[in-house]
Amino acid sequence: MSKIIPKELSAEVQEHVVDWLKRFPDDQKQSAVLGSLHAIQHEHGYLPVVQMDALAERLEMPAIAVYEVASFYSMFELEPVGKHTIAVCTNLSCILRGGEDVLNYIESKLNIKCGQSTADGKYYLKNEEECLAGCCGAPMMQVNHVYYENLTEAKVDEILDVLD
Amino acid sequence: MTDIVNDESQQDLVTLTIDGVEVKAPRNTMLIEVADQAGVSIPRFCYHKHLSVAANCRMCMVEVEKAPKPLPACATPVSEGMKVYTHSELALDAQKGTMEFLLINHPLDCPVCDQGGECELQDVAMGYGGDVSRFNERKRVVRDKNIGPLVSTDMTRCIHCTRCVRFGSEIAGVSELGATGRGEFMEIGTYVEKSLSSELSGNVIDLCPVGALNAKPSRMKARAWEMVEQSNISAHDSFGSNLIMHTLRNEVIRVVPEENAEVNETWISDRDRFSYEGMYSDNRLTQVMQKNDGEWQPSYWSDALHSIAQTLKQYDAEEIGFLVSPNQSNEEIYLTQKLARALEIKNIDHRVNQIDFEQQHADPAFPWLGQSIADVGKQDAILIIGSDLRSEQPMLAHKVRQANARGAKVFVVNPHYCKFHMPLSGHVVVKPQEWLAKIVGLLAELNNSSKHNVPSDLNMLLSTGKVDSDMAGIAKTLLNVEHSSVLIGNLMQLHYEYSSLRAISYWLSQLTESSFGYVSTASNSAGASLLGALPHRTVMSKTIDEPGMNYQQMIQSPRKVFVLLGLEPEWDCVLPTQTLKALQQAEVVIAINSFTTEGMREYCDWMLPIKCYAEAEGTKINMEGRWQSYFKVVDSDDEIKDGWKILRMLGAELELDGFDYVDIDDVRQEISQSLDNSFGFSNELPSLPKIEIKNWDEGIVFSTGAIPIYSIDSIVRNASSLKQAQDLDESVMMINSIDVEKHGLIEGKWVKVSQDEDSSIFKCVINNKIEPGTVYIPRGLPRSEKLGGVYAPVQLKNLSVA
Ligand code: SF4
Ligand code: FES
Ligand code: FES
Repeated sequence: MSKIIPKELSAEVQEHVVDWLKRFPDDQKQSAVLGSLHAIQHEHGYLPVVQMDALAERLEMPAIAVYEVASFYSMFELEPVGKHTIAVCTNLSCILRGGEDVLNYIESKLNIKCGQSTADGKYYLKNEEECLAGCCGAPMMQVNHVYYENLTEAKVDEILDVLD
Repeated sequence: MTDIVNDESQQDLVTLTIDGVEVKAPRNTMLIEVADQAGVSIPRFCYHKHLSVAANCRMCMVEVEKAPKPLPACATPVSEGMKVYTHSELALDAQKGTMEFLLINHPLDCPVCDQGGECELQDVAMGYGGDVSRFNERKRVVRDKNIGPLVSTDMTRCIHCTRCVRFGSEIAGVSELGATGRGEFMEIGTYVEKSLSSELSGNVIDLCPVGALNAKPSRMKARAWEMVEQSNISAHDSFGSNLIMHTLRNEVIRVVPEENAEVNETWISDRDRFSYEGMYSDNRLTQVMQKNDGEWQPSYWSDALHSIAQTLKQYDAEEIGFLVSPNQSNEEIYLTQKLARALEIKNIDHRVNQIDFEQQHADPAFPWLGQSIADVGKQDAILIIGSDLRSEQPMLAHKVRQANARGAKVFVVNPHYCKFHMPLSGHVVVKPQEWLAKIVGLLAELNNSSKHNVPSDLNMLLSTGKVDSDMAGIAKTLLNVEHSSVLIGNLMQLHYEYSSLRAISYWLSQLTESSFGYVSTASNSAGASLLGALPHRTVMSKTIDEPGMNYQQMIQSPRKVFVLLGLEPEWDCVLPTQTLKALQQAEVVIAINSFTTEGMREYCDWMLPIKCYAEAEGTKINMEGRWQSYFKVVDSDDEIKDGWKILRMLGAELELDGFDYVDIDDVRQEISQSLDNSFGFSNELPSLPKIEIKNWDEGIVFSTGAIPIYSIDSIVRNASSLKQAQDLDESVMMINSIDVEKHGLIEGKWVKVSQDEDSSIFKCVINNKIEPGTVYIPRGLPRSEKLGGVYAPVQLKNLSVA
């Protein structure tokens, strides 16, 4: 399944980088790092080291500083993960409304643990997610950037089963 | 009352009290600094006086009157009337609380930790930690990383002070360590597995307040309190860093910096830190050895010196040549030349890294930096011509970087691409054969705009010169700033047009009112010059009417007898093949050295073991003219003798007058009596060579190259961890892809490189930082030993089929 990751940034990522660079002064290129990492992750599904190295060179910053940013934010994946990212909130409001049961249900449904991807590469169940500010619809989860609220097992099935 | 005053900010002083004691200090100084100078100790981990303030460990909490909460002393500027309490209940409470948090995840494995006994965490925990931990949960564990052969990691011990991280970006200029992850999962490391590449990386060992980063070669070898410490100085470059050596049972266990604000501050290079391992190499020469009918046999000092004395007497003085390493001590240099001169031997030289001696009469008394080391950090512009500074002089490079960080513009003009760790305002790479024309152009430009003039002899030459666009900025900057320097380095000294290059560089400095300095490489180039290891000058640079032969002359018309002191000519000399040939042709070769090499066993007839580095004592002079002593820290084998003793015994054997020294102090006294200050500190260049610009055919490829950082002298070459750190494929030559195509070479395949009748084989590696028309061959290594000069036309021939 592993494919060779190019050492250069793709034209599309380059475009994003340029776009981000426009918003910052010339001597503060590294400000563009966060936006550019999103573009890379969008393309590869995660942040391959060689791509981060290429970005570091492009933004004239030390590679380790890019790794620091990438590893700090939970929205960045550092290893290849399944296609659809599921993040179940297990913070206070959600837990009071059965968030943990939702998580357990998904774990057994997909037969993976938190932090793992299904063998077919379809689903990725993200590690413990903090409050996603959707408390009023607790319990909630986020699938590929979309919020789903007031979850029940049936609802979870409905949401996950239609993904391709 | 204590006054803390830096001369710069005398005007704006504030008065505050710390624990009831009144203190005056410049406004906005950080409280911790003021307290330190006033002798009040505040616990800390992340603060370091040479690093930026991070204020992330929270150990330095103190109470400040009117502040509602305790404040971090490292990040609180002092102000008028401030009342600070470092030991009040509030302060102590905060400090103890922080300590407790820090210890939650710390493994408390002091009994198996190298840092134990000299650990800041241990010390502070003694003062502020509780006796019993209230934390019963599981501690976090962090996997150790392999960050190379020099620094060991036990990352579970890390308290995330980020000193090591800040060191990388602020001092070393190479950010390699970082804090990845966050919260509980934050880790210090390189993220990807990689060795630290900075030549100053070992300093993180001293900076790390806990045992997370330690010296790998010293791992588990000794406890801090068992070791004895002794001051010493660097043996590898003319910076002269001050060191402390830690020994246990007559073995050097590790080396750390000795603080000297004027020289190395609180840092040393990895070369100085780990080179001691060289003393324990299997290549050490431990016995007097004599070759009999091609067989090496052990011998006795008395027999050897007797025979050698006979040999020296038997040959005409002109037939004998002395080649001396510029790394030897003042005492050894002085006695060597004294002995040679007593025998009327004039052929003596230490400049084995030079081939153009035409202007040797114009040399300064010793190659001087032209300013103090500390002043380098204060320059506004620095032009470096001919130096791979980071590799030759890691600590001077740090000083230049310091100036750069303050805003100085740094320009480099080199015969090949060299990596720098700071933004350069100009990085000009020029083919060795076009180097002279390039700087003549710059001088021509300056001659038009400067209020000073070059000597009229140069006018003709300058009328032909024109400045290239990449050089134009240099002229303008040097003219406009207040403090500027022109520094010339080893890469220039190796050049066949050294005299001309130097003269032009000198006049560049004169027209721009810059200071002119030599960045001499070896640890005692200055002493070797000043004390007369030269064919044309004797002690204190006094001129000799009829000079003897210089290095190149001795090699070109080989002498019958060679005496080598501390040299491994195949790697230390600029002309390795020619030197080897001369030595092989010679009738008698006597090597006084600490190591043996394969080559030496071939060309030598006698090998005399001399004490090395920390086994001996002596003095050396650094690039700023600082006379420094180094000391005997460990004993060597009995058979290995002090250099000065060997020379004394030989002198006595030769029945020469004045060789009856009882100890080294007698030698030193004699040297100091000859000190008459007649030489002065001046780099003035009193005469001009005839400068001509040669035009080389465009199609000719020139070799260029430098000695890798850890191959620079015999001790370093034998130091195992450094060798590992160098991680160098010695068979590689680097070349631009244009030339690969032009000469029909194949990447990764073997190429025969020939220079006249010499040749060697290298693997072709493409590197487009190498100028087209040149090939980069690392020097001072077994493969390049088979080639001639550094900058010379070469033929390239592909040896493999595609
Ligand atoms: S490794 Fe040492 S110096 Fe670096 S952050 Fe950790 S404790 Fe501080
Ligand atoms: S606690 Fe789940 S969204 Fe806020
Ligand atoms: S020393 Fe002040 S916060 Fe670390």
